[in-house]
Amino acid sequence: MKRLMIAASAAVALAIASGPAGAQDKLKACFVYVGPHNDGGWSEGHETGRLMVDEKLGDKVETSYVENVPEGPDAERAIERLARSGCGIIFTTSFGFMDPTLKVAEKFPDVKFEHATGFKTADNVTTYNARFYEGRYIIGEIAAKMSKTGVAGYIVSFPIPEVIMGINAFMLGAQSVNPDFKVKIVWINSWFDPGKEGDAAKALFDQGADIIVQHTDSPAPLQIAQERGLHGFGQAHDMYDFAPKAQYTAIVDNWGPYYVRRIQDVLDGTWKSEASWDGLKEGTVLMSDYTNLPDDVAAEAEATEAAIIAGEFHPFTGPIFKQDGTEVIGEGEVLDDGALLGMNYYIKGIDGEIPQ
Amino acid sequence: MTMFEGILLTIVTAATPLLFVAIGELVSERAGVLNLGVEGMMAVGAVCGFAIAHLSGSPILGIFAAILGGMIMASLFAVVTLIFVANQVASGLALTLFGLGLSALIGDAFVGIPGIGLPKIDIPGLSDIPVIGSLVFGLDPLTYLAVAITIAVSWFLFRTRGGLILRSVGDNHVSAHALGYGVVRVRFMAVLFGGACAGLGGAYLSLVYTPQWTQNMTAGRGWIALALVVFASWLPYRVMIGAVLFGGISILQLHAQGFNVPIPSQFLTMLPYLTTVIVLVLISRNRTLLRINTPACLGQPFVPDR
Amino acid sequence: MRIELIRRPERSSAMSLLSPIIAIVLTVITGFFIFLAIGVDPLEALYIYFIEPLTAWWTVEALLIKAAPIILIAIGLSLCYRSNNWNIGAEGQLVAGAIAGSVFPILVPEWNGPLVLPVMLLMGIAGGMLYGAIPALLKIRFGTNEILTSLMLVYVAQLFLDWLARGPWRNPEGYNFPDSREFDGWQVLPVVFGDDVRLNAIFVLIAVAVAWFVLSRTITGFQISVLGQAPRAAAFAGFSQKRMVLMTFLISGGLAGLAGICEVAGPIEMLRTSVSPGYGFTAIIVAFLGRLNPVGILFAGLLLALSYIGGEGIQIVLGVSDQITRVFQGMLLFFVLTCDTFIFYRVRFVSTRRSAAAEATP
Repeated sequence: MKRLMIAASAAVALAIASGPAGAQDKLKACFVYVGPHNDGGWSEGHETGRLMVDEKLGDKVETSYVENVPEGPDAERAIERLARSGCGIIFTTSFGFMDPTLKVAEKFPDVKFEHATGFKTADNVTTYNARFYEGRYIIGEIAAKMSKTGVAGYIVSFPIPEVIMGINAFMLGAQSVNPDFKVKIVWINSWFDPGKEGDAAKALFDQGADIIVQHTDSPAPLQIAQERGLHGFGQAHDMYDFAPKAQYTAIVDNWGPYYVRRIQDVLDGTWKSEASWDGLKEGTVLMSDYTNLPDDVAAEAEATEAAIIAGEFHPFTGPIFKQDGTEVIGEGEVLDDGALLGMNYYIKGIDGEIPQ
Repeated sequence: MTMFEGILLTIVTAATPLLFVAIGELVSERAGVLNLGVEGMMAVGAVCGFAIAHLSGSPILGIFAAILGGMIMASLFAVVTLIFVANQVASGLALTLFGLGLSALIGDAFVGIPGIGLPKIDIPGLSDIPVIGSLVFGLDPLTYLAVAITIAVSWFLFRTRGGLILRSVGDNHVSAHALGYGVVRVRFMAVLFGGACAGLGGAYLSLVYTPQWTQNMTAGRGWIALALVVFASWLPYRVMIGAVLFGGISILQLHAQGFNVPIPSQFLTMLPYLTTVIVLVLISRNRTLLRINTPACLGQPFVPDR
Repeated sequence: MRIELIRRPERSSAMSLLSPIIAIVLTVITGFFIFLAIGVDPLEALYIYFIEPLTAWWTVEALLIKAAPIILIAIGLSLCYRSNNWNIGAEGQLVAGAIAGSVFPILVPEWNGPLVLPVMLLMGIAGGMLYGAIPALLKIRFGTNEILTSLMLVYVAQLFLDWLARGPWRNPEGYNFPDSREFDGWQVLPVVFGDDVRLNAIFVLIAVAVAWFVLSRTITGFQISVLGQAPRAAAFAGFSQKRMVLMTFLISGGLAGLAGICEVAGPIEMLRTSVSPGYGFTAIIVAFLGRLNPVGILFAGLLLALSYIGGEGIQIVLGVSDQITRVFQGMLLFFVLTCDTFIFYRVRFVSTRRSAAAEATP
């Protein structure tokens, strides 16, 4: 499947290179990736979205991308180059592209910019993100039901709110099943480093965890889980092929529908700057097939998923307490988006401190 | 498996790729050639190993491909630095750049494919012995190979005539040449050996450590191996100890976090590099130690006079 | 058959001029076949890679911005290498300069007057010099191999920066993201021409001119060359090897530190976990590509910057992997290093049989 996708992208690239003369009339939609387009994680998620745009709007839109763009001055140049080459809308898909995007956006008021996961907007700059925490609550429930030792290992990159929010959502889900559930957290200071992620998984398993959760992009932790006969969850992509016996489910990034919608807005002339945050309901976050699970656990996971989609349930529903016992919100209340986006504390039940 | 065993086992697997690369570089440095291109040779080894294993379905063929890939890269370096006597530092950096770029180009078609892992050797009975069982008898075959190569290199360098020639070429190429040894030929072979070992180290990553291929999956391990050679003051057995130590620090740092030990991981990661600098100072202070072990002609080009 | 090098009686001035040109031509020819092999139109690809970036003013600006830190560092390194001191830790010295220069804007952000930038620049230079002095002093005092120590210190500096940017120096209003506060006002390097070309472009020109003058017109320049080419003669002449080690490391460290603070106070405008995409290592390539000559380095730096920008271009237009840039840079350096051999040597192809016979009859 992946190979097919790569072949398809190559074909698309060729088509662009040798495109017909009428190509100028099409809207150009451009993407900036922080990693390789086929990293099997974050950047590939956006690449898959780009390919969906080609498929759905291919007759009206032409797409291209720049990959491996380092955050910093190089990012500014890459974005500017796209803006100058006639791109009508540019998606910059890493947090570190925030300031470069705003700088270039100021120079090119007629070009639309969309920055993923940031918090600064402008007249022609939208931010967009996905409610991955919804998926993390579900895998928390599954982990607590399936774990024999009552301990999960959690591999993380950087202590930014997105990641802290994910850990908290996971633990809220787990505590709803087993209030004494524990999590061991290891920071590897990288989004993608197969060797280090694998090492972290081994260390966590050795310390008694029997389920691995990751907020890093490579399938290495799942491979280790499979090797040890233990289990885990895929990140960003369905990683089933890498560990068919170990993956319970995966939280899949599915940017395609969002990209198609926003580009359609540009075509229709209805594009407006906003701060978009979609989740399971809109299909930007997907749960891959529930595998290696008993039927009842899978059914309950599906039920939670359905409740979140229907808007009947929000993972951050009170009462929620911080580590020291202070109450964040009371019974029945729901944390608002602002509180989620700036989250910088662990909830009660998590040991250790957020690295400073 | 107890936690202690598990930790030791993890350290051994983390040490194996470092050992491969470092022991190859040691031989090449003993012959007087400083090859800073190990990271590039390793990356090419990793991608060749993965690609051939995937295409042929045989990890063994993959390993041979990785060795070959590493050697081709090394021969490029050898031609430029030994035959055309170009500067070794600059050529090594060129090799790293070239290798990392080339491996990514070759590997583009192989990203996102689960790799074929190498089976572990499990000797029933022996690997069930507590603690040492899984450590001594339950490893993957490449780890045994790395240890075997280390022993063989040590024996070769210090117990054979060939080793004596190789060391004399590294210590004083002018007198080695005067004695009739082919300095360039010896160095060429040493560099090729270094390339083969770097290729093996790369194959260990893409076939055993994390059976997959991605760009830059070597993640700086080649540079650590370079430090390791110096840390070991050019002695094979110390390279083995150093590899376990360097691998150990990277693993223990993860464990420390699991136990909520509040030391910033950056400082732990710094340790191997700082230790290497200190070791360097210590061995250069001690003149006898320095004279015995450091290849005196390290990094110096040699042109035979005619 | 065997290849044999024969030392020329004196360096060939024709080859000195021709060697970089031959190397570039060889790189372009090999590039042609690589593009052919990966299935894109090689002529179009080469045009986009090497020519197109020069056809628009803004890409020329981008080129200058990219080249400035690389050239600045390479100038310092060339002095080191000429005197046989192998500083390959410029990347670490760059980081040290970036950290030292950022002390005031991060710890005393209120101080925002005309004096702050000069102080930042001086602190940046001092940071790079101090960090460069470590391998130099170890070499002088203990005879420690400077290639290895300077390289090890790169990692130490990068990890220290990583810790600072994630920890104590993190922007308190930055949602835990690993960036420092943004520099503003007087803390930012001013733009001197065009939209984005900043003051460091002027520093580059000064460094090139001064290095050229020192090397060709002063006794120090003469000492540097003699120490590099004939250490024993230099010792007879009473030149101090130790003084030279320290001096060249201080100069190259200082220039790397200046490049570092100029990046932080210039295009990045904040301290982050990574402040350079390997400029310190790229500068080594540039120093050799420019054959350790200040004017040569100026052109080599621009050429390498061109390869980065052209690499982005073929990625956008032709969908070719950005890794092709590394392949090109590695190849170019290989060719240059090899061609340079012909400045000092002639090559003779000897048939193995005949040379064996020649050896047999003394």
